Amino acid sequence: MQYVLVGLAGIVGALLRYGLGLWTANWWHSSFPLATLLTNLSGCFVLGWLTTRMIRLKFMHPYITTALGTGLVGSFTTFSTFSAEAVNLMKTGHWGGACFYVLASGIGGLLFSWFGYKTGNADRGSVKDGE
Amino acid sequence: MINCLFVAVGGFFGAISRFGISKWMNSRFPSTFPIATLFVNLTGAFLLGLMIGKNMTHTFQLLFGTGFMGAFTTFSTFKLETIQLKIKGKWGLIGSYLFISYVGGMLLAFFGLYIGGQI
Repeated sequence: MQYVLVGLAGIVGALLRYGLGLWTANWWHSSFPLATLLTNLSGCFVLGWLTTRMIRLKFMHPYITTALGTGLVGSFTTFSTFSAEAVNLMKTGHWGGACFYVLASGIGGLLFSWFGYKTGNADRGSVKDGE
Repeated sequence: MINCLFVAVGGFFGAISRFGISKWMNSRFPSTFPIATLFVNLTGAFLLGLMIGKNMTHTFQLLFGTGFMGAFTTFSTFKLETIQLKIKGKWGLIGSYLFISYVGGMLLAFFGLYIGGQI
């Protein structure tokens, strides 16, 4: 059952990523992979937020939490496309773009993830992070 | 519309495969180091490179590339695990996790693209 829920949430995540890619292609006409960057950064924020926030919502069944986090957001963001696009930028001689892409994903991803984590924890007041 | 169906089918199986592998690896090799995510991400980077290099049909790319490999690999979990390692103060593990993921992912994608173009 849990597998099916993760799979169904994975469909939503993959379709959202595909949709965002199609929509971005309408107005972004550059070789820089903006769609994947937007997907990955927003997904980092949402997963950080969900993980700290939902775990405290007692009415949420753990299966639902896993489906949303691992299934939906996990499938929405992607590492394989990121790697292939970074290599492609290098192969086509866009070294500046490749460096920017890797740094923006790497540092930006950590910041967004951390920011999501903090936001999810925000109403805890003085309770220490993580524990 | 049919394109969405391909992405959806790929996404369904990609997410389930990642979840299954993670559960299996975490029970088999319990460790603080996020080995399961590293494994799916590196495997996925290589296989996606292979598919792009081989220049498959659009349908195939949507089903196995955008759908399956896109959902099989994950960027958000990778980042969240890094943050969780930071909270635990495991700086050494963070360094190796980031390094192996980025350098390994790009090298494997590169080899995948190269091998895909050859076969």
